Amino acid sequence: MPTRPLSPHLSVYRMSRYTLATSIANRFTGIALSAGLLLLVYWLMALAGGPRSYARATRVLTLPLAKLVYAALVVAFCYHLVAGLRHLVWDTGHGLERAQSRHSAWLVVAVSLVLMLLIAWHVWPAGAHAP
Amino acid sequence: MSLRSPLGRVLGAGAAHDGVRHWWLQRLTSIALVPLTVWFVVSLLALPSLGYGTLVAWMSQSWTALLLILLVLTAAWHSQLGVRVVVEDYVHGTGARTLTLVVIGFAHVLLAAAGVFAVLRVAFGAAQ
Repeated sequence: MPTRPLSPHLSVYRMSRYTLATSIANRFTGIALSAGLLLLVYWLMALAGGPRSYARATRVLTLPLAKLVYAALVVAFCYHLVAGLRHLVWDTGHGLERAQSRHSAWLVVAVSLVLMLLIAWHVWPAGAHAP
Repeated sequence: MSLRSPLGRVLGAGAAHDGVRHWWLQRLTSIALVPLTVWFVVSLLALPSLGYGTLVAWMSQSWTALLLILLVLTAAWHSQLGVRVVVEDYVHGTGARTLTLVVIGFAHVLLAAAGVFAVLRVAFGAAQ
């Protein structure tokens, strides 16, 4: 292993809080969504196995702990979606000034919170989405 | 005066030997995932239940099956690109890093294949 500084070599940067937080949150939510992909494929495979295999998987997928996982996935999805759009705007060369970037950081948090609340509002009332 | 060789300039691969391919594919997959994931979440929320019959009826529709396959493939691809960067950032040591990347690559191909297979099996109604 070389002794030179290796990426990401965090200590050399002076990061005001919002740049650090939005960047690392995008990474964490991305990893969470990769785990979500695993869950999605498990769910699809259970469906593909027929009604009995789906019933078996449902017992796991409706555990109280699973609800916590779904909530985390909703948070991760909403944030990663909006933060990803921010990155795509940056890729066009727009919004890179410090003031604009600070502004868009708050916009990402606000919009993703609204999305989370919208989804929560849809899922919450009837409990209709219990399989 | 540029110190880059004419061949190097033409190949455009840069110091990472890979050019902008990773970056570009991450952008392409992210753009594709915006409509795909929004469609998936909205569709799930719009379903009357997540019971077996409802889901099979939903997935037997051609467009649902097609979009689900695209979702699984694109999501797996985007996930692989993203996780790869995290590994490259935090797993130091060539051996450990290469091994981790190989395992993660295989895992994502397995996920993509399993997802596509499952959607097709439900859509074509083979499961009893």
